[in-house]
Amino acid sequence: MSTAFDVAVEVSLRDGIADPEGLTIERALPALGFSGVSGIRVGKSLRFVVEAPDEDEARRQVEAMCERFLANPVIEDVDISLSPAS
Amino acid sequence: MTTKVGVVVFPGSNCEQDVVEAVGTVGGSGELLWHKDTCLGDVDAVVLPGGFAHGDYLRTGAMARFSPIMGAVERFARDGGPVVGICNGFQILTEAQLLPGALYKNRGLKFLCQPAVLRVESMDSVLTRGLTVGDELNIPINHFEGNFICSERVLDQLREKNQIVFTYRDNPNGTTADIAGICNENGNVVGMMPHPERAAHPLLGSTDGALLLKGLVSGD
Repeated sequence: MSTAFDVAVEVSLRDGIADPEGLTIERALPALGFSGVSGIRVGKSLRFVVEAPDEDEARRQVEAMCERFLANPVIEDVDISLSPAS
Repeated sequence: MTTKVGVVVFPGSNCEQDVVEAVGTVGGSGELLWHKDTCLGDVDAVVLPGGFAHGDYLRTGAMARFSPIMGAVERFARDGGPVVGICNGFQILTEAQLLPGALYKNRGLKFLCQPAVLRVESMDSVLTRGLTVGDELNIPINHFEGNFICSERVLDQLREKNQIVFTYRDNPNGTTADIAGICNENGNVVGMMPHPERAAHPLLGSTDGALLLKGLVSGD
């Protein structure tokens, strides 16, 4: 028996790595009247469904795919959220 | 005997014919290999050319690194065969962990297509064995993600083991320690962001790239 899990993976640049995209957006905001914004970091988000016997196994699979393919550990961190599919 | 250089074509590669042409002008013979091939045939060296392999989806080089031919390229590299990644090819080599570090977006977020002056930092690579440390080369760059990033530990190792092959005279993209190209510990795997094949004929404004390709085809 396997269960479907909704997975959300947030990929972000590791701390300390300059984010030129975030900086550019940050610089644009005051011109639009939004002041007081700092620390913008741009990342990407992946959403998908995984079938696995249980949540631990689903998480293990997602961690393995992040490590091998979905993110580059040299420059990126991942944050995985997982819940039974609705 | 003529050195045969296999140039891998991924869907989205766009510099493969230039590399084949340039290899020919320095006395080698270039042969195109398809990314779905699983063996390299009888080539003496491999080049992963520039372009946008697999559309650069996910990250530059992230999909290409799993193309079927990469298993053979990895074995060839581990056996000491010369493997050169140019631009997108360099990005693929880092994703494949044949070279350390990663290439990220240029500081300033501009796609840079311009001449660049490189300084040769090491003669211990298959591209620079005929050159001298301190030599300056005019070779153009053409990239959006050429900003080399690595940990302090890796940077120390690159310095200690003489793996920094080229630096830029004027850092164009924010790259760590002005790095334009690196090699593995053995010097047989080299990655560089500038395009030597685009500086291999007087009509192109520079023939300095030909010096590097000559190093590749002249062998040991």
